[in-house]
Amino acid sequence: MTSPLDQKKIKIAGPVVVTANRVGDGAVVYRSPDGGWTTELGGAAIVIDADSARVLAEAAAGDDLHAIGPYIAPVKLLPGGNVRPGNLRELIRRGGPTIELPAPLES
Amino acid sequence: MYIYDAFDRRLLAERVVDFRDQVSRRLSGELSEEEFKPLRLMNGVYLQLHAYMLRIAIPYGTLSTLQLRKLAEIARKYDRGYGHFTTRQNIQFHWIKLAELPDAMAELAAVGMHGMQTSGNNVRNITTDQWAGVAPDEIEDPRIWAELIRQHVTLHPEFSFMPRKFKIAVGASHHDRAALRIHDMALRLHRNAAGEAGFEVMVGGGLGRTPYLAQTIKPLLPKRDVLSYVEAVLRTYNQFGRRDNIWKARIKILVHDLGAEAFAKEVEAEWQSIRDGALALEPAMVADIAGRFRYPNYATLDDGPPELAAARRGDRAFDVWLSNCVTNHKMLGYAIATLSLKPEGGTPGDCTAAQMDKLADLADRYSFGEVRVGHEQNLALPHVAQRDLPVLWRELGAIGLARTNVNLVSDIISCPGLDYCSLANARSIPIAQEITRRFHDLDRQRNLGRLHINISGCINACGHHHVGHIGILGVEKNGEEFYQITLGGKADENATLGTLIGPAVPYAQVADVVEDIAAAYLDLRDKPNELFIDTVKRVGIEPFRERVYAAR
Repeated sequence: MTSPLDQKKIKIAGPVVVTANRVGDGAVVYRSPDGGWTTELGGAAIVIDADSARVLAEAAAGDDLHAIGPYIAPVKLLPGGNVRPGNLRELIRRGGPTIELPAPLES
Repeated sequence: MYIYDAFDRRLLAERVVDFRDQVSRRLSGELSEEEFKPLRLMNGVYLQLHAYMLRIAIPYGTLSTLQLRKLAEIARKYDRGYGHFTTRQNIQFHWIKLAELPDAMAELAAVGMHGMQTSGNNVRNITTDQWAGVAPDEIEDPRIWAELIRQHVTLHPEFSFMPRKFKIAVGASHHDRAALRIHDMALRLHRNAAGEAGFEVMVGGGLGRTPYLAQTIKPLLPKRDVLSYVEAVLRTYNQFGRRDNIWKARIKILVHDLGAEAFAKEVEAEWQSIRDGALALEPAMVADIAGRFRYPNYATLDDGPPELAAARRGDRAFDVWLSNCVTNHKMLGYAIATLSLKPEGGTPGDCTAAQMDKLADLADRYSFGEVRVGHEQNLALPHVAQRDLPVLWRELGAIGLARTNVNLVSDIISCPGLDYCSLANARSIPIAQEITRRFHDLDRQRNLGRLHINISGCINACGHHHVGHIGILGVEKNGEEFYQITLGGKADENATLGTLIGPAVPYAQVADVVEDIAAAYLDLRDKPNELFIDTVKRVGIEPFRERVYAAR
């Protein structure tokens, strides 16, 4: 995972969000416009230029109490205002494993 | 089973107290992630794509039924009802919450289990032949020596911050079931022509970005010197191993760059200065450790009981399972039963809590309360009376653990890949699942014979792809998953690294490629019992390459 501190030369070719893992359970979270975190990609702050992405990432990196390893990730904007992850890794992070998990609690 | 003493129990209990305090301080913000990360890693706690993962050591692959039931309980109580057995005799829980980790660790400590040194730049969980103590071709039980080393290196300050991780494996049979040559250091107990027992010491093996097989630097190390020699190797690595580049930090790079001979000279010089000191093993010390391993009170039985022969005649499925999955035991009348964790369409190495609980019951009834875990991500019942095999097989079938595909094409080793792992570039599990579906017909699998497919989702090679008869490595190209295919690798006593056959193929074509390779093998083998790996060795990869790329 790339930390924003390592993403010094931010080059973005489209809309991006800042994503991380939640401290308590490691769940995938996205930086929201109000400076908090949300598990819903649809609620994430989306920026489209490098300067804004840097500001968003730096603010996120300052919140070590709630999120681990924030980094900038691409998203795709779909007609109707929907957002989807911009690559397979992010698709899996948002949606979970692409495989069926073992039956959870059979006795 | 090894019986922990009061010192071991206190160590684990204190570790839990420490970790509980560390977690509490992390959650309150007193510790930053930068401060906390090395602490959690020292306890086997990783952060993956979706959640924290806890990796728990299963030393020498030996599990008591008490421990197996505890793992089932951890899976239910703190995770999602299953665990994943890895390629290094560990189990991983992939969905565990940080705040609950100290409680889970406390429960594990109560049965002598932990995640210490399953991560970090230290000596990792020491592995052995999973049939240690029961294999007929064994010189003696290798776990005694592994346990001596474990006790010496656990939390050893000198070896807690090495240039990189350090993996040791110990074997004591001619046939290598512990993948010795792909370890940073391996010890093989054997006898020389004069009948003297000692260790062949191998160093510098490892897969990953730069794969090497370990080289022998000591053909016959006296048993009394094993601790001092391990110490000398670790010190030499600690002193000369690179710390400036993570990709060049493993001992394999040092051994390769220095040359095995020069490395051995450095080790020898260090060893000569310490070999007769405190680390020289007195017989009483070895006897003490050996005495803490408890062995079953076997009955006096004969091989080939009539009820076994009758069951073989009466049920072909049982007969096939027996042929593929059951092996000779060192004791007359007993057998080792390997339990495949490779269901068609399933995840290699996954085991549900329900299976663990029921398997524990079966192990209590039929295997003196003991289960084994192998690096191939399968389990074994190590002490089954041959007369019990028919009823055991039926009961295993009821919990999905009597599959007959051990060592066949669908017995795939696979890392978790991009479905779980934050290091991965591509998915591994769905590739394995599709291959098992393609080869679902058991007669077809048996016609192909022994054929090991190993899959890794990134160059770190947790799925041991370099030593698969067919190796599959996931890579990313322009945002898409592609897979490199190697042929001819093997991890046994004749260990070999596979050879890349050509350009990587896209995700959707991997199973087709495996089918092409299998078909080419059937055309190329010179007789029905020539194994796949032997055909590759005889004809080389070219005919396979032609077959795979002719149509692409």
